[in-house]
Order: sequence, then structure tokens, then C-alpha cells
Amino acid sequence: MPRITGTALVLLFCLLLWQTLHLLVGASSLASPFQTVVKLGSLLATAEFWQNVAETMRAFAAAFLISLVGGIALGILLGVRRLAGNVAEPILVNLYSIPKVVLYPLVLLCFGLGISAKIAFGVMHGLIPITLFSMNAIRQMKPVYRRTAQVLRLTSAQSAFTVILPAILPEVISGVRLGFSLTLLGVLIGEMFASQRGLGFMLISAINIGQIDTIMAVALLLTIVAVTCNSLLLLLNRRMGYR
Amino acid sequence: MSEKRLRVLVVALLIGAVELMCRLGVIPLAVMIPPSQMVVELGRILASGEYASDIAVSLTNVVVAAVLSVILGFVAGLAIHAWPGLRDALEPLLASYYAIPTFVFYPVFITLFGVGSASIIAIAVLLAIVSMITATLNGIDRIPRVLRKTARIYRMPRWKTALLIELPAAAPYLFTGVKLSVAYAFIGVIASEFILSGSGLGYAIAYAYNNFENRHMYALMLLILVTVTIVNTALNHVDKRLQARRQR
Repeated sequence: MPRITGTALVLLFCLLLWQTLHLLVGASSLASPFQTVVKLGSLLATAEFWQNVAETMRAFAAAFLISLVGGIALGILLGVRRLAGNVAEPILVNLYSIPKVVLYPLVLLCFGLGISAKIAFGVMHGLIPITLFSMNAIRQMKPVYRRTAQVLRLTSAQSAFTVILPAILPEVISGVRLGFSLTLLGVLIGEMFASQRGLGFMLISAINIGQIDTIMAVALLLTIVAVTCNSLLLLLNRRMGYR
Repeated sequence: MSEKRLRVLVVALLIGAVELMCRLGVIPLAVMIPPSQMVVELGRILASGEYASDIAVSLTNVVVAAVLSVILGFVAGLAIHAWPGLRDALEPLLASYYAIPTFVFYPVFITLFGVGSASIIAIAVLLAIVSMITATLNGIDRIPRVLRKTARIYRMPRWKTALLIELPAAAPYLFTGVKLSVAYAFIGVIASEFILSGSGLGYAIAYAYNNFENRHMYALMLLILVTVTIVNTALNHVDKRLQARRQR
């Protein structure tokens, strides 16, 4: 209980800071929390806004699905094949920490302008963390699980679904949590550059004509959605961890 | 050792395959130039000094952002650790922090710091500082209790305990934070330049893309990839040695 109060107090402090900054720099430079919420409300009532949301969600859903399935499959493969995993891990870690945005022109040239480039860019961000977490989960799995599966003479499909997957699920969800945020970031960055639709495009056009209330409204919406999804996955993770 | 060789072989084969596909025309020249030509072009650009000022701007921003995040993150970590109530309140927020798409707040920084390096550094610090805070908290948590007891037995003064006992004991964890901060500083600076700025390497790549100057674009991409890879490899190397010391 006091923990939640503390977090609420910190959030309240952030809100106060926002309001103070707004008063310091003026309404044309930074919209107040109240103005932002009002603007968000009026945006939510327009059909055009929902078209942009739908476009972003379509790209995000496709990218996230590919990252999820591909990342877990690749992670299990690299986790089971120890040599392949050892060879691939440093390469993946390096790919994870390069600024992938510089590769976006390459993605655009390969996939053309449009939704497939955004999806590819989202996958580039989301696939690697999910792969790395799944791979490490398998490597750190207690060897006795696999031996038990052998003793019980489970087929490899049986042991994958009844032994390996349940054992690594908590770590996989940690990876999915990171992959979720990064995929969203990738899709948004993709929309901010050379795109005509989506929330990222809305942001960049608002930046270019200096509509600070639109920027803050979209940023607020994205933050709320991203943090909510993240907290839900975190909650799921805790449940599993303490099982 | 053989794993290392195998890795080099895999990377070399991949690059060779791309080179071959470019040369054979499977990948059209308009999409990608052969890697060997990227290297040649990069050499030419570096020798001519065409992009020297952009390179200098970007690297300065990265260094400033990384140093600021490490110092501020370390101090903030110490402060938060000293105040358990605040820590309890912040922990759920820290766990969700990287879910926030930080780049969308860039316009706010422009109004606060103006167009230019200060806003870019602010975004990069915002991105990098939290991993340093988390690493600092983790590092202080993991200092073995026996070390502090030993310090007390020797009647070391507080500052000496901090400097000679606690700091070295937490160092491996702190260094992980440094490593992440540097990576995030690179990502923050280059990405801000790419999307929203008028100078720096990120901007130069976006400009080359918009003007169909593929040769310049790929040479600059290669420059960033090679720089980041070298920096990361060096930091990883130090990190591994520190981690090995921890397990001793």
C-alpha cells in the first residue's frame, strides 16, 4: 500500500514539474497537462486520428508477431545447439547495440516506401532481444529437466511443449516485454522518416508546423499505452516467477 | 579460440555473399553497392575530409552524453539507494521506463534548449541515464556484507570504506551500466540527428538518402557500424574481465 502511494506521489511530482515548465516557457512552447488532455480528447473524436492509429497498429501487430514467433524459434534453436549459440551470441549482442536507425535507408531501398518497410524495421528492433532472452533461458535451464524428459522418453515435440517451453517461459516473457517496447519504437521511428501515415507521421508533421499540443497529446497517448502493456507483462512475469 | 575463428568465418561468408550478389546483379546497384566499394568510398571520404565536421559533431555529442549519463546516473543511483522509500516508489517506474518512446519528446527539448547539440544530448542522456541508475542500485546491493564488516574491524573511516572497499566491489556492475550508457548514447545521438537535425553523421546519412547519393550513404553507414562495433567490443572485453574477477 505505501509503495503505491509513493509511486503516485512521484507521478504527481512529474505532473507538477510539467505544469511548472509550462508556466516558465509559455503555452506556445509546452502545452500544459490540462491542454494536452483536452487536445487528446478532441483528437480521439476525429476519424483521421483513428486512421493513423489503425495504420500504426497494423504495422506494429505484424512486426510484433514476426518478432515473437521468429525470436522464440531462433532462441530455442540457438539455445539447444550450443556451438551455434556461442558463435551467434556476440554478433547478436553487437547488432542489438548499434543505432539501427542508420540502416533504415537500406530497409527502405529493399522494401520500398510503405507498410512493409515499417514492419521490417520494427522486426529489426524487436527480434534480437526476444532471441537473446530465449537463448539464455534455455542455456540456464536446469539440466535435470532435459534428463527427465529423456528418461520419460518424450518425443522432441513433447519435450519442447511440456518441458522446455514452460521452464523458460518467465525469461521469454522478460524478452517479449523488451521486444514489445522496441518494436513499437522501431515502427514509430520508421513512420517519422519518409512516411505518409501513422502516429509517427502525425508527430513529425506536428513538429514541422510547431503544433506543440498535438505533439504532447500523441506522446501522452503512446506513453500511456506502452507503459500499460509493459506493466501487464511485468505482472504476468511476477506471477510466473513466484509459481 | 576456435569459436572466435568460426565467428569471423561466418561474418566473412555473409559479407562475401552480399558482395557476390551485388556483383552478379542479384541486388541491383540502386539498392546496395558492393561492400568492397563501401570500404573504398569510406577511405576516400575520410581522406578528403568531406564529412570531418559532421563526424566531429556526432562524436562530441556521444562523448558528452555518455559522460553526463554515467556521472549523473551514478550520483542519482547513490541518492536513490540512500533513500529506500524513494526507491520503492521509483522501482515500478524504472521497470517501465524503456517502454516510453523517448524520441517523441524531442520537440519539448527544442523549446527548452533550442535547436542544436544541447537538445540532442538531452535526448541521449534521457535514454542512457536509466541503465546507469539501475546498474548503480544493483551494484550497491551486491556488495558482500562481509566486506563492510571487514572495513569496520579495521576501523576504516567512512570515505575510505567507500573508496577502497565499496567502489571496487561494485565496479563490475557499475561497468555494465557504463557499457549500456555508451551504447544508448550512440543510439540517442545518431537517431535524433537522423530524424530531426541539421548536422552530424545521422543527418548526413538522411541527406544522402534523400538525394540518392547511395555511395556516400553506404560509406557513412559503414563508418557508424564499424565505430560502434569497435567501441562495443572494447567495452565488452573490459566487462568480461571485470565479471571474471567478480566470480573469483
